[in-house]
Amino acid sequence: MKTYLVIGGMALITFLIRYTMFAVADRFSFPRWFEEALRFVPPAVLTAIIVPSVLPAGGETLPVPQLAGALAALLVGIRTRSLLPVILTGMTVFWLVRWFW
Amino acid sequence: MASLKKREFLAGARDTVPLIVGALPFGIIFGTLAVKNGLSLGQTMALSLVVFAGSAQFIALGLFAAGAAPGVVLLTTFVVNLRHLLYSATLAPGVRGLPGPLKALMAFLLTDETFAVAAPRYGDGGDPDTRHYYYLGSALAMYGNWQAASLAGALFGNLIPGAAQWGLDFAMPVTFIGMLVPYLRNPSMLTAAVAAGAAALAAQGLPHKLGLVAAAAVGVAAGFAVKLFCAYRRGVREGGAP
Repeated sequence: MKTYLVIGGMALITFLIRYTMFAVADRFSFPRWFEEALRFVPPAVLTAIIVPSVLPAGGETLPVPQLAGALAALLVGIRTRSLLPVILTGMTVFWLVRWFW
Repeated sequence: MASLKKREFLAGARDTVPLIVGALPFGIIFGTLAVKNGLSLGQTMALSLVVFAGSAQFIALGLFAAGAAPGVVLLTTFVVNLRHLLYSATLAPGVRGLPGPLKALMAFLLTDETFAVAAPRYGDGGDPDTRHYYYLGSALAMYGNWQAASLAGALFGNLIPGAAQWGLDFAMPVTFIGMLVPYLRNPSMLTAAVAAGAAALAAQGLPHKLGLVAAAAVGVAAGFAVKLFCAYRRGVREGGAP
C-alpha cells in the first residue's frame, strides 16, 4: 500500500512540473526577450540528449560504432534534411561498424 | 477540417515511430527490472500508467530496492523531471486559450520525445488550430508504446535476456540528430547546439538528469547571447543606435 502512495506522489509531482506553465499560460506571459530565448530550447535540449548517448560517461575506450553512426546521420541530415534516410543510415553504419570493429 | 485534424493526429504518431523503436528496449528493460526488484505487476504498471516518465521510473526502482524514505523518492522525482518545466515553458505560448482538460492531458503526456517531435509545430510555422492533434498523436503513440513495453518486460522480460544488447536504443540519438539539423540554420542556433553539447559532456558527472538541464540552460544562454550580438552589430553597421 505504501508503495502505491509513493507512486501516487511521484505522479502528482511529475504532473505539476509538466502542467504549471500550461496552467498559467492564459493569465501570464513571459517577457518578450524570454520567449525569444526559449526558441533555443529545442536545439539545446536535443544536443544535450544526443551527446551523452553517443559518448557515455566513464567510457575507457572511444565508442567508435556510435560515433560513426552519429557522424553518418549528421552528414545525411545536412545533405537530405529528411528524417528517414538519417535514421536508416545512422543505424546501418552503427550496426556495420559494431559488427566489424 | 475534421479530416485535417485526423491527418495531423496520424502524422504526429507516424513521426514518433523512430523514437518508439528507441524507447521500446527501455520500456522492456524497465518492466523486467521492476519485477526483478520485487515490485508486483500492479505496482510496475502503476508507475508506467500514472507517472509515465522513464528516467524517474528507473531511478525509483533503485530507491525502492534500497529502502529509501518516501521523501527521498519524491525529491528525486522532482529533480529528475525538472527538465519538463523547460519544455512546458517553451510550449506554453502555443497552448494559450485551449480548454483546461486538453491542456492537462497534453501536460500529463509530455515527454522528451513528444517535445522534440512537436516543438517545430509550436514555432513560427505551426497551425494553431491543428497542431494539438499532431501533439496528441505523438503523445498517445508514446504512451501506448510505453505501457505495452513495460507490460511485456514485466511478463516476459526474463525470456529475452539479450534484448538490451541489440543496440536498438541507439535509434533515439540518431533520430534526434535528424531533428536537430533543420534548426542549425544560423550562427545563434548553431552556437546553442555546440555550447549545449560541450556543456553536456562537461556536466556528465551530475546525477539525475541535472546535467541535461544545466547543458540546455548553457546552450540557450549562448545562443541568445550570439543573437543579441548579431543584432547589435547589424545596428552599428546600419549607423543607428544599437
